[in-house]
Amino acid sequence: MNLFPNCPIPLTEYPRVLLAHGGGGRLTQNLIEKMLLPSFDNPFLAPLHDGALISLGEQRLALSTDSYVVHPPFFPGGDIGRLAVFGTANDLAMCGARPLFLSCALILEEGLPMEDLWRIIVSMKEAAQEADVQIVTGDSKVVERGKGDGIFINTAGIGAVLPGVEVGPQQVQAGDEIVLSGPLGLHGIAIMALREGLSLDADVKSDSAPVFPMVKALAEEGIEIHMLRDPTRGGLSSALNEMATKSRIGMLIEEERLPIGPEVQGVCEILGLDPLYVANEGNFIAVVKEGQSEQAVEVLRKNPSGRQAVCIGRAVTEHPQTVVMRTRIRGERIVDVMSGEQLPRIC
Amino acid sequence: MRYLDEYRDGAAAQKMLRRIAGTITRPWTIMEVCGSQTHALLKYGIDQLLPDKLTLIHGPGCPVCVTPVEIIDQAIALAARPDVIFTSYGDMLRVPGSGKDLLSVKAEGGDVRMVYSPMDALKIARENPDKKTVFFAIGFETTAPANAMAAFLAERDGVDSFFMLTSHVLIPPAIETIASSPDNRVQGFLAPGHVCTVTGYTQYETLAAKYRLPIVVTGFEPLDLLQGIYMLIKQLETGGYTVENQYARSVARDGNPQAQALIDKVFEVVDHKWRGIGTIPLSGLRLKGPYARFDAITALGVESPPSQEASACIAGLVLQGVKKPVDCPAFATDCTPEHCLGAPMVSSEGACAAYYLYSRREKAIT
Amino acid sequence: MCLGIPGEILSIEVDEQQMRKAKVRFGGITRDAYLDLVPEAAVGDYVIVHVGFAISKVDAERARETFQLLEEME
Repeated sequence: MNLFPNCPIPLTEYPRVLLAHGGGGRLTQNLIEKMLLPSFDNPFLAPLHDGALISLGEQRLALSTDSYVVHPPFFPGGDIGRLAVFGTANDLAMCGARPLFLSCALILEEGLPMEDLWRIIVSMKEAAQEADVQIVTGDSKVVERGKGDGIFINTAGIGAVLPGVEVGPQQVQAGDEIVLSGPLGLHGIAIMALREGLSLDADVKSDSAPVFPMVKALAEEGIEIHMLRDPTRGGLSSALNEMATKSRIGMLIEEERLPIGPEVQGVCEILGLDPLYVANEGNFIAVVKEGQSEQAVEVLRKNPSGRQAVCIGRAVTEHPQTVVMRTRIRGERIVDVMSGEQLPRIC
Repeated sequence: MRYLDEYRDGAAAQKMLRRIAGTITRPWTIMEVCGSQTHALLKYGIDQLLPDKLTLIHGPGCPVCVTPVEIIDQAIALAARPDVIFTSYGDMLRVPGSGKDLLSVKAEGGDVRMVYSPMDALKIARENPDKKTVFFAIGFETTAPANAMAAFLAERDGVDSFFMLTSHVLIPPAIETIASSPDNRVQGFLAPGHVCTVTGYTQYETLAAKYRLPIVVTGFEPLDLLQGIYMLIKQLETGGYTVENQYARSVARDGNPQAQALIDKVFEVVDHKWRGIGTIPLSGLRLKGPYARFDAITALGVESPPSQEASACIAGLVLQGVKKPVDCPAFATDCTPEHCLGAPMVSSEGACAAYYLYSRREKAIT
Repeated sequence: MCLGIPGEILSIEVDEQQMRKAKVRFGGITRDAYLDLVPEAAVGDYVIVHVGFAISKVDAERARETFQLLEEME
C-alpha cells in the first residue's frame, strides 16, 4: 500500500532513509530537490545556495543554517562546537556576507558527560570570538539515553552581504577562473583516521577555520567574485558539480594543481578513497573573473589559511553542467557527483 | 608515495603512448582482466589516449560483480538474523540481491559492519562469543590467502563464533572460458598483477600455449598499464604468444609459496557459479577438512527464497566482454549507482561503474 | 587484482595471536599489516599490502629495470 501517492521518490525505491541520503552526494540532492524544494517552494529557497539572500530595505542579508552531527565529537583540530560555529559562519561567507549573529540549538543525549558539554560550549565561545560573531539566541533539549548519540547542534546565522559583492550561479561565465584556497581532504581524513585507528605521521588536523577574512580580502582587493562555495560534505566534487549544474556551464580542472598532502594521499590510497570526495572545512572555492586568478591567489596566500591557494581550473563552454578533470597523464575524466557514502574498498 | 607516484608520471606516459602508436599497424582487440585495471584506464583517461586501432574489452575481474545472486540473498538472510553480526568489505554492501542489498538490511536494524580485513572480522568474533560473526569472504586469488588465514586462526584458537560465507573465484578458468568460446574476439590478455603476485603465472603459460594468445602480467598504475599494453602489442605485431611479466617488481613466476600453501591447506577447488556467466568448472574455492565447519551456509542453515536477477541487466555480457556498459539500454537511465540493476554498476571494480563515473557521456539535463 | 598498496616496513613485532605484525608507512601515514605471507620481509623493505596482509616484497632491482626501460624510450 502506498501511503503517500504523491511522494516523488517512490517508496518502493527507498522506503527508509539511508546513511547515503546524508552524504552530500546524489541521494542528498534527490532528497532536497524532490521532497524539500517543492514542498517549501519560494523564490528565496529556489537558488539552493549555501544561504538565502534576502533584502530588508537597502541592506542585503544572508541567512543560513546547518546541523552538526559529526562523530566522534572531539577530533584533531576541533570539535563539534567549533565546527558548528565556523560551519555556519562560512556558509554566510559563501554568500559574500560578513557573518554577524548566530543562533545555537543543542540536542543533548541523557548521559552525556557534563564535562564534555562544557568543553564544547567553551569551544563555541572561543570559535565565536575567532570568527567575530555573536551567539545571540539558542535552545537546548534533552532526549533519552540511546536516542541521541551524545550531542547534535544546529546553528543558524545572519550576515550582511558585502557592498559590491554579488555572487550566484547566474554570474558565472565561461572563461572564469576557479581558485581553491587551501589543501584538500584534511577534515574528512582527520575524522576517518580517528575512526579507523590509523596513526598519522604528521598531525593531520581538521582544517576547520573561519574563511570570511579571506573572502573579505578578495573583495577589498577588487577581485570580481562570481561564485563562492565551500567543499564540505561530498568534497570538491560536490561543490564543483553543484556550481556547474546551476550555472549551466562546464568546468575543467587540472589534477596536477590540486593541493593534496601526503597524509591525505596515504589514507586515500590505502582505503581506496578519492580525495575529490573527501569533506573539507576551512577552505573554499572562488570563481573569479577571467584574468584575475593570479591576483586572487596572491591575496589569499597572505592569509595563514590560504598559503596553498591555487588556481585549479576554469569554467568552459564545452560539456555544460559537467566537471571534467585533466589527469596527471593528460587524459580526461569526468568528475561525477558521488552517489552515496564513499565506502572504502578493498578490491 | 614511492612505487606509486613514479608510475603516474605524465611525461613518461606520453612517451609510452607515442611508442604504442608507433608500434601498432593493425587493429587488435585485447582484454584487461581485472576490474581495478579497468577503473584505472578510465580514471586516468587512458582509454581515450590509446590509438583507435586498439580495442579494449573489459574482463570479468570483479569478484563483487561475479558473486552469485543466490549468495547475496543468503548474506541478506543471515544479516537480518538478530543473533548474527554480519561483516563485509565495503564493496559488497551496495550490491543488490534479488530484492535488496546489505545496506538496506543495516537500515532496517541488522548488525552489518564494514571491515577492511578478515582479521577485523575474526577480532569481532572473538569479542562476541555469544553471537555468530559471519564474514563475507569474497575475492579472487589475491584475497584468498588472507581469508584462509582467518579460517586457519579460527580453527587453531577454537573461535566457534566465527563463520565465513565464501564466494572465492579463480581467474585462469575464466580466461579459458573466454578464450575457448567460439565468439571470442580477444587476441591478447593483460593478466591481473596482484592475483599473479599470489599464484605466479605458470598456469597462464599453459593457456597462452593452448590458445596461442599472448598474455602480459600487468600492474595497476597508468605506466604499468601502458607498458603492459605496449608489450602485448609488440607480441601481437610479431605473432608471439608467450607470457611476459610487466609487474616484475611484485610478481615472481612461481608467485608466493607461503600464500599458496595456506590456500591449499584451507580450501579445495570446486565448480563455481559466476553471476551473469554461469557455472565454470573448477573455478571456485570451498573450505575443506577441519575448516569446513566455519562455512556459514552448512553451519547456519540459510533459507532464502528463490533468487532472480533484474531482467534488464546485461551484466553477464559485460563481464564476458561481449557488450560494453554503454551498449546497455538501462545504462545511466534505469541503472545508476544510486539505483542499480546489477553489480557492475555498484562495485568499485565494476565496468559499468567505471564508465558512469569517469567516462564522457551525455549528461541528462534535469 | 585489488587494492594492493606499496608501503615501507618501519618495525616488526609478534602480536598476541603469534602473528608477525609490522608498522608500515604509506606516504604520510602508518598502518599495521601482517607479514606472515612474506617471511623474508624486513625493516626497510617495501611490501605490497592487500586487506591487511603483505602479499609480496617489492623487488627494488626489477622496479629499477622497469624504470630504465621507460627512461630509454623516446
